[in-house]
Amino acid sequence: MTEAAAATAAAAIADPAFHAHRSLWGDVWRQFRAHRGAMIGVAVFTLIALVVLVGPFLHTLDPQFLNMRARNQPMSWAHPFGTDNVGRDMLAQVMAGGRVSLAVGVAAMAISVVLGALVGVLAGYVRWLDGPLMRLTDLFLALPLLPLLLVILLLFRDTLRTAFGPEAGIFLLIVVVIGVTSWMQTARIVRGEVLALKEREFVLAARSIGARPHRIITRHLLPNVLSPIMVSATIGVANAIITESALSFLGLGFPPDFPTWGRLLFDGKDFMTLTPARVIWPGLAISLTVLSVNFIGDGLRDALDPRIRGR
Amino acid sequence: MLRFALRRLLVSIPTLLVISFIIFALLDLAPSDPTANLPLTIPPEVREKIRLSLGLGEPFLVRYALWLQQFMINEPLNILEQWTGWTIGDSENRLRVLSWATRSPVVDLIVARLPQTLWVVGMSYVIAVLIAVPIGVISAYRQYSLFDQIGTFVSMLGFSVPTFFTGLLFIMLFSVWLGWLPSIYDTTHVVRDWDSFVFQVRQMLMPTMVLALANASQISRFMRASMLDNLNQDYVRTARAKGMRERTVVLVHVLRNSLIPVVTVIALGVPTIFGGAIITEQIFRVNGIGQLLIVGIESADIPLVQTLTFIFAVLIVLFNLIADLLYGMLDPRIRYD
Repeated sequence: MTEAAAATAAAAIADPAFHAHRSLWGDVWRQFRAHRGAMIGVAVFTLIALVVLVGPFLHTLDPQFLNMRARNQPMSWAHPFGTDNVGRDMLAQVMAGGRVSLAVGVAAMAISVVLGALVGVLAGYVRWLDGPLMRLTDLFLALPLLPLLLVILLLFRDTLRTAFGPEAGIFLLIVVVIGVTSWMQTARIVRGEVLALKEREFVLAARSIGARPHRIITRHLLPNVLSPIMVSATIGVANAIITESALSFLGLGFPPDFPTWGRLLFDGKDFMTLTPARVIWPGLAISLTVLSVNFIGDGLRDALDPRIRGR
Repeated sequence: MLRFALRRLLVSIPTLLVISFIIFALLDLAPSDPTANLPLTIPPEVREKIRLSLGLGEPFLVRYALWLQQFMINEPLNILEQWTGWTIGDSENRLRVLSWATRSPVVDLIVARLPQTLWVVGMSYVIAVLIAVPIGVISAYRQYSLFDQIGTFVSMLGFSVPTFFTGLLFIMLFSVWLGWLPSIYDTTHVVRDWDSFVFQVRQMLMPTMVLALANASQISRFMRASMLDNLNQDYVRTARAKGMRERTVVLVHVLRNSLIPVVTVIALGVPTIFGGAIITEQIFRVNGIGQLLIVGIESADIPLVQTLTFIFAVLIVLFNLIADLLYGMLDPRIRYD
């Protein structure tokens, strides 16, 4: 061992961090913090979430309040984002729309991750289910999703609207439909991981002391496939937000007086020459949210990959 | 290889059948009435006759079988006849899938819309590949350089910003403020001379660029990752050690090997382009296939929507097959048999 190497080794031992307990998640967090884009993503996403959640308490205008005297206003102190063609305040609408868009993103992601993890674990662990479930996944991957989503929305909108009320019905429909059509990637990744994991010694050990299959799955397999699930959950939020906005942008999402970012963009695009702010702010909100979530996903992927971590 | 191709082809037939059944059932069993949009003054017995004339009197499975026959056998025969000029059987009275809104054959409607979509979408995909591959190569070769940082950020941007926002931004910038480009795509425009050609290029520029940006960012991410995987391989060191020029090493050895996964990604992306183009066509009023689908959905034209959605499904299955075959052909390490 050379002098320099000995010196660094000594310095490392002297360093308090060397003795401190290092947990897996501590390492992940350290690696995640080193990813600059991901940290900016976290900051931007937190900011957007804060504005959307807390903002309506500070900027107390009702997003649905019509003020015919203040139509098509440019940006001002009273209306920071201007107003639309019936005098509704744009900032209040963007904040209200953000609540819906974020809620759709998170709820649809939750459905798709639960479905994907379930299908993946079952296909990977139960041998006779592997074939049928993977064929099902392939089938879903071959479906043309956007056209199908549009068709389903068109056909089932009225039924659900009468069953659950206009807003809750559409929310439920959109969330379920997006969730049910986006679980395939998660399922494939989880299946692959489970297939490799279940041949490992610790699973054999668990089985030999008489652990039941559901115990092995929840206790030994699921924690080990958590990292790919987390990464696909992050990307799932971004995808769900984009899909919901696309549907609303095509006029087939939420009803007109129920603002979401995509709906605001759709309503604003015909007034683009008059009040460009109506297009820019909702579009910027969607883009920034998706961008920050994607950066967080990138950072998570790097942080959770043990081959990259610690380099 | 041939055996594998044949087997995959045979497997895709039941897949397509199941998909066609799902699409047909979804549209058919949905709680909506095709005559609901007609005026309320129409008496119920006439309404019932309209329903019968739309072919709704038969049971579900009979209608499904009829649709399958019309789409899978009659329409291909028609196309064959048109191409070759032959007459096969009783071609005058052959049943075709009719649109409810226009009462004309669905396939004729689609064929009329196809050129616009192919021009705009196809062009944008070609441009996307041409932009993405060099950016990915340079980004990977000079990893963490300024070019790479900017390139990665821009591709992340193009990947995250939805096409309906970039489209509107482009219109606002280039049509409203600068007034350089037309915001609406004029389909009736015919290219006759140089001036009309320039006009065609100008009106195609924005929709093409919006789609190209979104696709290029995805492809360049794959290209960069694939190049990075290959640059650290042993064969690269061997090639350098043999004294090959850096240019040959990167552009011949590394590039050709890293293109293998990228080519399959490009093939897999083709059908999603048709799906994603729905939004772009809607923004720029390109009356292509995507817009036809939206029109069909809005007027509850079930046969039109069924056929279009199924065509999208066929494209997805077809390009999945092509991607698999390409992978086997390009990479001699992969043997399917």
